[in-house]
Amino acid sequence: MNISVRSAGFLTSVQDLGRTGFRRSGVSLSGALDAHSLRVANVLVGNEENAAGLEVTFGTVRLAFADDRLVAWCGGPFSVRIGEENIAPGHIRFVGKDNELTMIAPNSGGRAWLAISGGIDVPLVLGSRSTDLRGKFGGHEGRALRDGDVLSLDKERRFTNRREKTDGGLAATDAKRRPGFQSAAPWGAPATWARIAPDRIALRIVKGIDWDLFRSEAQQSLGSSAFNVTPDSDRMGVRLEGPELQRTESSDLLSEAVAPGTLQVPPNGQPILLLGDCQTIGGYPKIAHVITVDLPIAAQLSPGATVRFQEASLAEAQALLHEREKDFALFRAGVGLHAR
Amino acid sequence: MRIEPLGDSALLVRVVEEFEAEKSLDAVLRATQQLELAEIPGVIELVPAYTTIGIFLDPARIEAFDQVRTNIERALEQDLEGTLPRVTTSIIEVPVCYESEFALDLEEVARHAGLPQDEIIHRHSTAIYRVSCVGFTPGFAYLSGLPPELATPRRASPRKEVPAGAVAIGGTQTGVYPRKSPGGWNIIGRAPLRFFDVERNPPALFQAGDRVRFRKILREEFDQLMR
Repeated sequence: MNISVRSAGFLTSVQDLGRTGFRRSGVSLSGALDAHSLRVANVLVGNEENAAGLEVTFGTVRLAFADDRLVAWCGGPFSVRIGEENIAPGHIRFVGKDNELTMIAPNSGGRAWLAISGGIDVPLVLGSRSTDLRGKFGGHEGRALRDGDVLSLDKERRFTNRREKTDGGLAATDAKRRPGFQSAAPWGAPATWARIAPDRIALRIVKGIDWDLFRSEAQQSLGSSAFNVTPDSDRMGVRLEGPELQRTESSDLLSEAVAPGTLQVPPNGQPILLLGDCQTIGGYPKIAHVITVDLPIAAQLSPGATVRFQEASLAEAQALLHEREKDFALFRAGVGLHAR
Repeated sequence: MRIEPLGDSALLVRVVEEFEAEKSLDAVLRATQQLELAEIPGVIELVPAYTTIGIFLDPARIEAFDQVRTNIERALEQDLEGTLPRVTTSIIEVPVCYESEFALDLEEVARHAGLPQDEIIHRHSTAIYRVSCVGFTPGFAYLSGLPPELATPRRASPRKEVPAGAVAIGGTQTGVYPRKSPGGWNIIGRAPLRFFDVERNPPALFQAGDRVRFRKILREEFDQLMR
């Protein structure tokens, strides 16, 4: 069965956790810019973590469902409704046949990720269902969604990973019969995972490979100044405006691997924070890297926002990442138990 | 050889400090092979480029980051000389039509080099190149080995749209635009091949380390090959 896109919003695309294994052919990671949010939403509706969902950026998205499904979303302070009923982030809800689901972005912008039980059934391209918007492949016809698009969903609307394919459809029907389930599932994701809306945007960074190429004033102002997000930011990177980060000398560097989170500085001294659609290699010096656990916040940055950076140690960054992965494994196991 | 953190879930191995086309690439490819053979748990993929290898890690599959680093060091220290298959042997031949319709910046390259256009074509199509890395766009290969006199600075303002197959010179490197994209290199011809195809594995025609030669073709052959 499928969903009809009544309104595609500003930039909505099909994304899973990204395309790996082809970076050496120049193929970007793509994928949900906040992979963690999509994983959490997927686990809630009983999908594999890597199932394809929708990434919504700005605007209003309206989707009509052709059959019964479970949905969950995580991300910025969006307003998400089924009919008139509000759906809290990080909670599962049942969407019936012919219901309309609406996602409205806050005026300040931001992104949200929607998981639908079964997952969006677009063909695997180079091992992933993610849309590569620059490469124009993957996802739904290699492009952002448009009004009127119809997306296939996997036939199996399974509710838990444990269920076999044969009874997968029953779970959703079960849920429909249980009124308590419909209003609010008894379990949800931790609040900080569900709604990504920090009061003050401070991203933690670790020193980059080329940290020493920068003047000490640049190193200092990276940690002490506010940077503004400029309008030419996109899924490739957040372009920032702030004090010019000057190098001690301006020799050319050879291109080498870059990654989402890399903070690179072109000759104009204005840093670019790379995101999921970034090129696989880059020749600009890497002054720092935003730590992985803070990438969900980075994925919420919209033009006009202000961001600050705070230095962390590599050990600290990796410990935080470990901790989150452990918590996520517990969460996944917990959801599995509830849903059994 | 130095291993540096590339953020908290990737590493960069600096295999050699200075780039010398043949030596650096051989060393980088050899190290890449060693890492592949070691099948280190938690390593997702490797990205060789010029003098380095990017190593991407999956934090969910890693118990201790220090352990991965140790495993990488161990894999790189192993002396596998003689036991590894040879890195690359074949030369990929790329037919190129250098006729004026396709050679939008040939005049500029000739002027910059102080050579006749025919001579530019002759020198470009007789040199043997090597892929230093693939990136920028899917399948775009940076080729080293351009005769130094053909080196031409990138255009002051990049074109909004360069056609797929455009053969171009950017600084001391040459390359082919795999797909229609913006680009600032000087276009001197067009190649009738598919340089990137998601139906292939690997999807890119070129991989780091491959050797490449351009063969001059006439418009007629270009049209035939395009069919």
